[in-house]
Amino acid sequence: MPEVSKTMPEVSKTMAEPDNVLLDVKDLTMDFGGLRAIDAVSLNVCPGEIVALIGPNGAGKTTFFNCVTGIYKPTNGAVMVHPPEGKSQKINGFKSNRVTTIGMARTFQNIRLFQNMTVLENVMIGRHCRTTTSIIGAILRGSKTRRQERETIEISYDLLEKVGLVDFADEFAKNLPYGAQRRLEIARAMATDPFLLLLDEPAAGMNPQETKALDELIVRIRDKEKISILLIEHDMKLVMNISDRIYVMEYGKEIAQGSPMDIRNNPKVIEAYLGEDADA
Amino acid sequence: MVDNIKRSLLVSIWFVFLTFPLMVVKVNTLKNIVEWRWINMLWVAIGAFVLSIVWRWAMERRQLKNKKAEQGEEESVLPGFGQRLLEDPKIFKPVLIALALVTLVFPLVVDIYQTNIMVLALIFVVLGLGLNVTVGLAGLLDLGYVAFFAVGAYTYGVLNSFFGFGFWISLPLGGLMGALFGIVLGFPILRLRGDYLAIVTLGFGSIAKIVIENWEEVFNGAKGIANIPRPGFFGAEMSIHTATTYTYYLMILMVLFAIFITNRLKDSRIGRAWMALREDEIACVAMGVDMARTKLGAYAFGAFWAGLAGVIFASRNTYINPNSFTFMESALVLSIVVMGGMGSIIGVIVAALVLILMPEYLRAFAEYRMLMFGAVMVLMMIFRPEGLIANVRRKYAGRKVVTEDANARG
Repeated sequence: MPEVSKTMPEVSKTMAEPDNVLLDVKDLTMDFGGLRAIDAVSLNVCPGEIVALIGPNGAGKTTFFNCVTGIYKPTNGAVMVHPPEGKSQKINGFKSNRVTTIGMARTFQNIRLFQNMTVLENVMIGRHCRTTTSIIGAILRGSKTRRQERETIEISYDLLEKVGLVDFADEFAKNLPYGAQRRLEIARAMATDPFLLLLDEPAAGMNPQETKALDELIVRIRDKEKISILLIEHDMKLVMNISDRIYVMEYGKEIAQGSPMDIRNNPKVIEAYLGEDADA
Repeated sequence: MVDNIKRSLLVSIWFVFLTFPLMVVKVNTLKNIVEWRWINMLWVAIGAFVLSIVWRWAMERRQLKNKKAEQGEEESVLPGFGQRLLEDPKIFKPVLIALALVTLVFPLVVDIYQTNIMVLALIFVVLGLGLNVTVGLAGLLDLGYVAFFAVGAYTYGVLNSFFGFGFWISLPLGGLMGALFGIVLGFPILRLRGDYLAIVTLGFGSIAKIVIENWEEVFNGAKGIANIPRPGFFGAEMSIHTATTYTYYLMILMVLFAIFITNRLKDSRIGRAWMALREDEIACVAMGVDMARTKLGAYAFGAFWAGLAGVIFASRNTYINPNSFTFMESALVLSIVVMGGMGSIIGVIVAALVLILMPEYLRAFAEYRMLMFGAVMVLMMIFRPEGLIANVRRKYAGRKVVTEDANARG
């Protein structure tokens, strides 16, 4: 991937140019009462990148996601987005549906599908923020409503094809096998037309084969759909394989960032994962 | 089987023992003697035995079904009767035509009393369809639904007694007032879920009744509003009999209208958002659905139907007072939704007819109405938690058919 290797050494440069960054988080801090869950973490994602956020359990990775996607309101710091089309804005404290409408969609660590809806309907919900049918429109069912509905179904089937779930389209989401549920969550998030996909532990609980398929899927999403990806993951093989850059968090602080190679050899990271006396 | 009979015998003996002082011994205080009604003991024994046998048989069947489902076997080769009724056009069409005929001639063959009861049942069908959206689709448990029913009824009552508004102007106004109150009351409950939501809405229902009862100047307090005109037909004079028949047909149209609209909404972008909200609120919002707007929409939409039904209720009775809008009515409508099957339109209609008509035709058991009501609910929850007629998810055709064709060709 020549394109990636080109952007990688220029990380410090791209940070200065806002046009080339999609998500720019500066000094994000989140307090829960007296507990500082995230302490001045900065992170950015450039177009066409797969960025990983790793760290031991309880490091604050999911909290970071929740702050970025509007589920929590950060105490301090700035979350700036620069969509490829549209104006840059600071999105601290935006409700999560607005964040999704701007173009950042997420998946959840503990799968949160709409269990009693069909697989296809799950994906169709993702189209909600890109369609406009109102209550009156739905009752009258005019030509515009019907066109939107047809488009929604078309796009949803396309997405199901991309993640390989088209055969399950009419199945209830709760009846899917675990790995398929994870992929359905990704398809649902992609249905919102995002420019950045935030995946919270997409490989959790998957077997090696499923992880490998997921690995390919994520790279394919980046290359074919031109969607950048920010992911939290514990599966180091997956992370080292596909990430362009990695950020490492521990106890709410950012302790390292860089290419997979840098991270692998970073003594601080090794210490965080293996403990201080690991070398002794 | 033998084991079952043995156990049932034990149960029946136990029941005889338990009910002995109540059923058998009777102290006649006038004559100062004790009467022994041994025949009652026999009835209790037989009743308990039969019920116990039936209960055991039903439980065994249920367990067998669960076991099959666990082993991944199909529940049964033949789909249930309800499902076949809905999906097989061969059965569906004649049933529909027969049903339409019966509905049409109903008020012509029965007397005014029956028609009047039917109108009431149809009003509850509309209420059920409305609450079905709020509770069944959007998952907002509303225990104060009767408040919106009262809003509709009193909108007509007040507008008529103060300004002389007719039925046809008040009908849409009643619906809109219901929806408006739905939105106003919806704001404080946006953040609430589950039990908390239920308690707060329960409060709304009580508040509505208390306000009506105590605001004498406007609502005429506990005395209620009388002499509300029945629905008019271009100013034509109508006898009570014709007026009732007319109201009946009006109500049929209204039910069809409600079915049509709720059905369209169910299979639309809005309906899907409501269902998603019910399934998982956080995920739903994270997928770009505006929670406040969607919730208020569902709440107001449900309230709209209650408002409409309220106007018709007022015109049917020609008299309204606060006692028609108690928690009992809310509970009744909620039972209709639960019994019919959450989100299922046909289920709600069947349940409304059963729950309203049964007590009317089983006057003999009037004293035991609530007892039977409770028993039916408990049995429903055990044997058919998905309701009489479970909600069948729509399958979206279109694309799949196309790809299959392409595969066949390729």
